[in-house]
Amino acid sequence: MTREKVFETLNEVFRDVFDDESIVVEEETTADDIEDWDSLEHINLVAAVEQELGVKFTMGQVVTMKNVGEMVDIILAQIGE
Amino acid sequence: MRELEYPFDSEYILKNARRLKRLLLEEDTVRVRKKIAVLGGSTTHDILRMLELFLLQQGIEPSFYESEYGQYYQDAMFENEELAAFGPDIIYIHTSSRNIAAYPGPGEGSRKAEALLESQFEHFRGMWERLRERYGCPVIQNNFEYPYYRLMGNREASDRCGRIRFLTRLNERFYEYAEAHEDFFIHDINYMAAAYGLEKWADPFYWHMYKYCMCLQAVPEFSYNLSHIIKAVFGKNKKALVLDLDQTLWGGIVGDDGPENLEIGQETSMGQVFAEFQSYIKAHREIGVVLCINSKNEMENALAGLEHPEGILRPEDFIVIKANWEPKSRNLTEIAEELKLLPESLVFVDDNPAEREIVRSQAPGAAVPEMEAPEQYIRILDRSGFFEVIGLSEDDRNRNEMYRANLMREKQQADFTDYGEYLASLKMKGTIRAFEPVYMSRIAQLTNKSNQFNLTTRRYTQGEIERTAASDDYITLYGKLEDRFGDNGVVSVVIGNKRGSQLHMDLWIMSCRVLKRDMEYAMMDRLVEECRKAGVETVIGYYYPTAKNRMVRDFYGLQGFTRVSGDEGGNTVWRYDIPRDYEKKNRYIEVTG
Repeated sequence: MTREKVFETLNEVFRDVFDDESIVVEEETTADDIEDWDSLEHINLVAAVEQELGVKFTMGQVVTMKNVGEMVDIILAQIGE
Repeated sequence: MRELEYPFDSEYILKNARRLKRLLLEEDTVRVRKKIAVLGGSTTHDILRMLELFLLQQGIEPSFYESEYGQYYQDAMFENEELAAFGPDIIYIHTSSRNIAAYPGPGEGSRKAEALLESQFEHFRGMWERLRERYGCPVIQNNFEYPYYRLMGNREASDRCGRIRFLTRLNERFYEYAEAHEDFFIHDINYMAAAYGLEKWADPFYWHMYKYCMCLQAVPEFSYNLSHIIKAVFGKNKKALVLDLDQTLWGGIVGDDGPENLEIGQETSMGQVFAEFQSYIKAHREIGVVLCINSKNEMENALAGLEHPEGILRPEDFIVIKANWEPKSRNLTEIAEELKLLPESLVFVDDNPAEREIVRSQAPGAAVPEMEAPEQYIRILDRSGFFEVIGLSEDDRNRNEMYRANLMREKQQADFTDYGEYLASLKMKGTIRAFEPVYMSRIAQLTNKSNQFNLTTRRYTQGEIERTAASDDYITLYGKLEDRFGDNGVVSVVIGNKRGSQLHMDLWIMSCRVLKRDMEYAMMDRLVEECRKAGVETVIGYYYPTAKNRMVRDFYGLQGFTRVSGDEGGNTVWRYDIPRDYEKKNRYIEVTG
């Protein structure tokens, strides 16, 4: 899967979770950029990403992930480019 | 909403919760509003989100009080203005084995284990008692699930100092408390964890990352299971199973294959599946669920199938049998009418997707679970929680007999040309008295279940019923009715609030199965007697319309009240000045008590 394709899938997941069709995520997107993305919604978001892309994050990864770009790095490392 | 019917896709629901909630709120349905306090020992955020969806789906619009993280004990034990102002209708305590403060260590001896058990139990018991005193509403308490690791291995289960043994014994103490207290319910998370798979359930990732006592993916099933207790408390249980025959209760088509060739019984593995399913269905009679048949068959063939020597169910287990070639939706509507129930109280069980679809679209309200593979039938019905039992009264156990007696009365009625003669032939005996301890739970249950013959649709918990009965400010009456076909049990409840020489009617309900039997007049006669004893001169009645209680909009008029006001919402107020020469209206029931 290409990096672009992963971003496309992530956009859909974010839109479902926040019920907001206008969301577009980018490399530098963080929780500060999306109004409803708080620590409680983060749980749900991570689980939805895992399910949609068939990946599993470790605790260490979830704790250190800084933005959407880093999330995509981990996803690509697991499923292969 | 199909997405929320069992078996559901948990991950889909979690991901789309916001949209699903929006769609549920856009639906044009009437829901009761209930206030639910959730006191958590771990994170509760998604538990509430999921619970809200399932309650909305089941006709309840909840508002929540949610304790700060892990503050369940503080919230319950200490002055809490916010919770008091919230005024919960129900309190749910979400604790888990993560909240056990101290376990006995291996080899510490049974004395130490006893002391710890006692102190853990007292921690909870003190809290329940405090909640009862302060809020007087039903309480739901989680039991404890097993921990996911076993230091001593298998011995954890049998050693008094083992954690599994310790939790098992603590759970047992919880159950003893539940047995001794009405309005206290155990939410069996130990079962939920086992059914889900303890290892997946207890994924430490979710505890250490987010302080969830279970994995996120288990939350929808968890909240669904919890919603069953809540909807049962608020009278939203289903009441009857309406079953198809061919391929549902047995393998094969009785009309084509002949009854002797049906798959039922111990001969084949498929026969065993259907036999187990029939046993499961038959056992529902004991929890007060009414059984009916809705089948495309000749009646003769349907009965021949039900007489199969290897079958468990028998024709006499069913209150109504519809075996004909009418659309099943029409049969279902007729069954509802004959039982004097609403379609939404029925569960339609049929293996044929086309029949399910016609019932879904033509008889809206009835639950229509997806029955696909026969070996999954029991699981799907069971986990759907249609008939969650929160208390089992004598009336529940006798319900099938009551319905049968009712249908016999109707047959009897057909033999009489004069309705009065028919009523006289029933030889009815009524007992009408102020609320008494043995009937408190049945009375509370009736206030939550009656929708049609219900003037104010006010719901009471058992605690509220008990307090009302104990207060001098109220006149309370319950009515029981017996006749030559059987005992109907408690069928009517009346509550009036005394204010000076006036009595304001807070509640007047009656079970529809005794409609047009003079029972409403017998209740009125006794109410007038009680009013006189209490110095009440005027009775003020209220009618608040709902989607279901149209049948009683003129009830007070029929009782001789005069309408004094009404508003554009259809709410009306009625007045009755008790005349000196009040003439009893009941003519056919011999009333005692």
